[in-house]
Amino acid sequence: MPITVPAYGKEAAGRLASMADVTADDGALRRFLHGLPGVDAVGLEARAATLGTRSIKTTAKAYAIDLAVSMIDLTTLEGADTPGKVRALCAKGINPDPTDRTAPKVAAICVYPDMVATAKEALGDSGIHVASVATAFPAGRVALPVKLADTRDAVAAGADEIDMVIDRGAFLSGRYLAVFEEIKAVKEACARPDGSAAHLKVIFETGELQTYDNVRRVSWLAMLAGADFIKTSTGKVAVNATPPVTLLMLEAVRDFHAATGVQVGVKPAGGIRTTKDAIKYLVMVNETLGARWLTADWFRFGASSLLNDLLMQRQKLSTGRYSGPDYVTVD
Amino acid sequence: MSDRLSVFKTYKLYVGGKFPRSESGRVYEVTDSKGNWLANAPLSSRKDARDAVVAARKAFGGWSGATAYNRGQILYRVAEMLEGRREQFTAEVAAAEGLSKPKAAAQVEAAVDRWVWYAGWSDKAAQIAGSANPVAGPYFNLSSPEPTGVVAVLAPQDSSFLGLVSVIAPAVVTGNTVVVTASENSPLPALSLGEVLATSDLPGGVVNVLSGRTAEIAAPLAAHQDVNAIDLTGADAELAKDLEVAAADNLKRVLRPGPVDWTADPGTGRLLSFLETKTVWHPMGV
Repeated sequence: MPITVPAYGKEAAGRLASMADVTADDGALRRFLHGLPGVDAVGLEARAATLGTRSIKTTAKAYAIDLAVSMIDLTTLEGADTPGKVRALCAKGINPDPTDRTAPKVAAICVYPDMVATAKEALGDSGIHVASVATAFPAGRVALPVKLADTRDAVAAGADEIDMVIDRGAFLSGRYLAVFEEIKAVKEACARPDGSAAHLKVIFETGELQTYDNVRRVSWLAMLAGADFIKTSTGKVAVNATPPVTLLMLEAVRDFHAATGVQVGVKPAGGIRTTKDAIKYLVMVNETLGARWLTADWFRFGASSLLNDLLMQRQKLSTGRYSGPDYVTVD
Repeated sequence: MSDRLSVFKTYKLYVGGKFPRSESGRVYEVTDSKGNWLANAPLSSRKDARDAVVAARKAFGGWSGATAYNRGQILYRVAEMLEGRREQFTAEVAAAEGLSKPKAAAQVEAAVDRWVWYAGWSDKAAQIAGSANPVAGPYFNLSSPEPTGVVAVLAPQDSSFLGLVSVIAPAVVTGNTVVVTASENSPLPALSLGEVLATSDLPGGVVNVLSGRTAEIAAPLAAHQDVNAIDLTGADAELAKDLEVAAADNLKRVLRPGPVDWTADPGTGRLLSFLETKTVWHPMGV
């Protein structure tokens, strides 16, 4: 197996170049993506369900809860977002449980591009990243120059991470190279003048991709194009992150890592509301990718209400008393 | 002589408008007053109590926000449904408490009447617990009683049905939602009451019935941060003391009555125990 390099590192581009023949033209890319093995849907769902039955208790549970808190991309993506709401969310991200200072801080605050500057200022030197959705989130239905301008704007405002959406229309109609080129273009737009770059998360909106085979194909497509993270959903459609889809993406990341040595992160988003769900995802990560991925650098939860449930469970473990919604913030 | 096989009833909990078994999968044997086996009842765990509190909290907004008139109508409806099941409850009470048929029937009738009596209080409690306060300023000043929230009720151990109704009805009529632990040794009337509540327009989660060891279920309820009040009627002196200590942490309202004669006029004491007073200053515009 090749030596592991992070997707955002300098060496990753060289590794991807070794796969350049499959992305040389539309025909080659199509042949490669359609040549990926088909997904055994029944097996996949059964595997995801089995991993969901692991019993994680006491000290392991306490560890899992703290790990999950530290992996959260605390998100507010509403038309009604105000600077005040974003600042409140940042304050919560820095210090999730004011009654217990041992609670870890979250990984990032995820906002719309126009709120990046506000979030950046509110977070200060806390070490929490600012993630910004871009490329006409959530639909992505604008011309490429607009998407690139959206991305550059967010990076210039100080975003550490960019969550882009792919063009599902192009993907579903089979124009894979168009999707590939678009991801590459956005990745280039993530570069900062000083030579560093914002990390790029690529959102597939798996709820709109119809089949598991498509999810496997789009995962490879995005990783070949240079995605640092692959993300399930926008949270704006009926079906968001599900355990089978996330497991499938984790497996794609594992296979991609085995082939190229490039380490790519995964972010399920939308619909993960309870501690139980979060722990199931952590079990899947550990069983599929191993402990190397069990950090906020390589696995994230896109969530807002999940944090409150994690905090209530945390309070239950530390005090022995069941907590309630009165003891966490109203978002 | 009929050779029909007997059809045993599976008694189940009533939580969030559904009839789950205990999360723990446990049951215990319920016997009549002479020790003959009657049925297996679910032996609830602390996690059942936790789920019941979540269900009660979820139901609280809708139930407390319903008009008093609407709540009253629904509680009358419960009484009507109880009336239709008199024979079943009479048999269960007779078996549970070792009463003769007529005495058990009298208990059930008293329970139905009690339910009707409390139902009538829904739009009247504010008249006796609220007030228009004279203040030294150009304001209307009004105090009105509001439900306190989720109430954990330990039903009396001795009176399995009349006592049960007498502790549930006063808590729910004012808009609280309730998690009730049935009498430990005779939980069957309480579990059957769940079936009545499920078919009488009462929103799921307003009343949640748990059966099992009172001490085991009561401890997490008393310590629960999302329970607003606890009624210790069914706890013995030693248990009640521990529960009171646990309940102090989030300043729960605690009702710890002495021995009660369930057949006597209940008065408004219980009705007014689980209320908060909201006072509004309203400028008169002069």
